[in-house]
Amino acid sequence: MKKRQYKNPTGVSKYTGLLLISPFIAGFLLFTLYPFICSFILGMTNSRTVGQTEFIGFENYKTMFGSSSFRRALEVTLKYAIILVPLKLIVSLMTAVLLNLEIKGIGFFRTAFYIPSILGANLAVVIMWQYLFTAKGLINQFLELFGASPISWYGDPDAALYIIILLRLWEFGSTMIIFLAALRDIPRELYDAAKVDGCSCTRSFFSITLPQIKGVIFINLILQTISALQEFNAPYMITSGGPLKSTYTVGMLIYDEMFKYGEIGYANAVSWVLFTVIALAVGIMYLVTGRTERETT
Amino acid sequence: MKKLSVYLIITAVAAVMLYPLLWLLGASFKSNSEIFSSVWFIPDSIDLSIWKNAWETATPYTMGHYFINTFMIIIPKTVFAVISSLLAAYGFARFNFPLKRLFSSLLLIGMLMPAIVKIMPMFLFWRDTGLLDTYIPLVFPALLAEEGMFVFILIRFFNSVPREFDEAARIDGCGTMRTLFLVLLPCIKPAVTSIAVFTFLWTMNDFLNPLIIIQSVKKYPLSLALRLSVDSTGQSYEQCKIIAVSVIGLIPSITVFALAQKKFVKGITAGGLSG
Repeated sequence: MKKRQYKNPTGVSKYTGLLLISPFIAGFLLFTLYPFICSFILGMTNSRTVGQTEFIGFENYKTMFGSSSFRRALEVTLKYAIILVPLKLIVSLMTAVLLNLEIKGIGFFRTAFYIPSILGANLAVVIMWQYLFTAKGLINQFLELFGASPISWYGDPDAALYIIILLRLWEFGSTMIIFLAALRDIPRELYDAAKVDGCSCTRSFFSITLPQIKGVIFINLILQTISALQEFNAPYMITSGGPLKSTYTVGMLIYDEMFKYGEIGYANAVSWVLFTVIALAVGIMYLVTGRTERETT
Repeated sequence: MKKLSVYLIITAVAAVMLYPLLWLLGASFKSNSEIFSSVWFIPDSIDLSIWKNAWETATPYTMGHYFINTFMIIIPKTVFAVISSLLAAYGFARFNFPLKRLFSSLLLIGMLMPAIVKIMPMFLFWRDTGLLDTYIPLVFPALLAEEGMFVFILIRFFNSVPREFDEAARIDGCGTMRTLFLVLLPCIKPAVTSIAVFTFLWTMNDFLNPLIIIQSVKKYPLSLALRLSVDSTGQSYEQCKIIAVSVIGLIPSITVFALAQKKFVKGITAGGLSG
C-alpha cells in the first residue's frame, strides 16, 4: 500500500491539525458518542432513581409498543411534524422568493421576518403565545372583530396542536434566510435566457429556481424534521400536553418518565425509539431526493 | 402594479409577524382587564408600577439577580464556543492530518444527532460527577466545540480566504497560532460575530438544560425565573405582571440582535449556512 502523503506548509507537522481539532474530538467522544451508547445500554435495563438496576434486554421496548400512551404520543408527534414541516418550508420559500424581487427596504423586511425565529424559542415569547390563545386573548378578539366565532383553543383537542404549530410557523425566518441566500446564488443569466425563450414566471420558478436550490431545500427539510420530532418546550409550557393528551409529544413523554416518575431505563428506551424514527425519516428523505436527482440528470 | 401587490403581501406578512411582539410590549403596561378587552397594542395609560413589581419578582431575588446569573453562564460560554470552534475549523480547513475524513464525518454525525438522546445520560453523568446545580455542565461543553454547526460555518469562511495569506504570514515569520489570530481572524470576523451572537441568543433561550441541571432558585438563569413567575402567580390573575417579566426577559436578546444585526445577517447569508 502506498503511504499517504500529508501536504502541509514546510515545517508543519502532520499532527498540528490533529492537535487543533483535539478539543472537538474530545467533545464528540464525551458529549455525543458517550451519551449515545450510554442511552442504549440504559434502555436495556430497569434502572430507576431508586432500587437495583438489572439487565432486562428488550423488555422496555415490549412495554413501550404495548403502551397506549406511547402510541398516542408518537401519533401526536408525527402528526405535528407532518403538518408543520411542509407548511413552514412553503411559507419560507415563498417569502424568500418575494424578498428576492429586488424591492426596496429589503433589509427591514428581512429583519422583521427574522426576529420571531431568534426570539421564538425564548420562554418569554412562549408565555406570550400562551396568552394570545386564551378564551379572551388577542386571536379570539380578532376573530370576533371579523365576525367569526371564537375558538376554545385550550379546550378543543383538535385545536390545541395548532397553537404549537402556529408558534413554530411564526418562526419561519431562519429557514427563510437560508433560502434567500441560496436564491441569491442562482445566476441571473438563467432567468434572462428563460425570458428570451418565453417562459412565464411560474414556469421559470419550477424549471430554474426549484432545481437550483434543491440542495438547500433538502438541508432545511432535514433540520426542520429533526427539530419538529423533538418538540418539547412549547407543549410543556403552553398546553402541558393537554387537552386529552392531544399535544403530548414523545419529547414530553421522555421528560416525564425520566424526571417525574424516575423510570430512567424506560425513558432511555423511548429516546432511542425517537432517535430511530428521526434517523429513518432522514434516511427516507435522502433516498427519495437522491432518486429524483438521478432521474433528472 | 406587480411590485405594488408584492409590497402589499410582504407588508401584511410583516404586520402579522411583528404585531404579537408589539402587543406584548404594550400589554406589559396594561391592567389585566384591558389586556383582554382591546386588540390595540397601545395602552390607555402607562402604569410603571407593574414593571417595578415585575422586577422585584415573587421570589426573594430581583430580576437583576437572574440577569447576573444568566451572564455568568453566557459570557464564558460565548468566549469558549468561539475559541474552540475557531481552532477546530482552522485545523479542518488549513491542515492535513491522519484520519481527517473520519473526523469531518463525525462533525456531520454530531449535527444530526437529536439532542433528546443526549440529555439523560448527560444528566446522570453530571450527577455522578457531583456538578449538578453548578454552571459547569452548562458552560464546559462549549470549551470542546460542542456545536458542530459553528465549526461548519467557520470552515466555509476559512475556505473563502486565499491560502496565499497563510504563506505570506509564514514567510514573515508567523507561527501557526499567530497566522490564525493576526491574519485569518480579521478576514472571517462576520462569521465569528455570528457564532458569538448565536451562542448568546441560544443560551438565552435555552430552557431544557438549565431545567434539569440547576435546582436551587438562587442560581436560576432568566429562563427558569420566567417559568417560576408563571407557576407562582397562577393562570387566572396577574397576567400583566407575567407579561412585564417576559418583556424584561427579552431585552438582552433584542439588544444584542440590534447591535450585531448588520454583521450577523452578513455572516449567515454570506454562504455560511447555505448548503
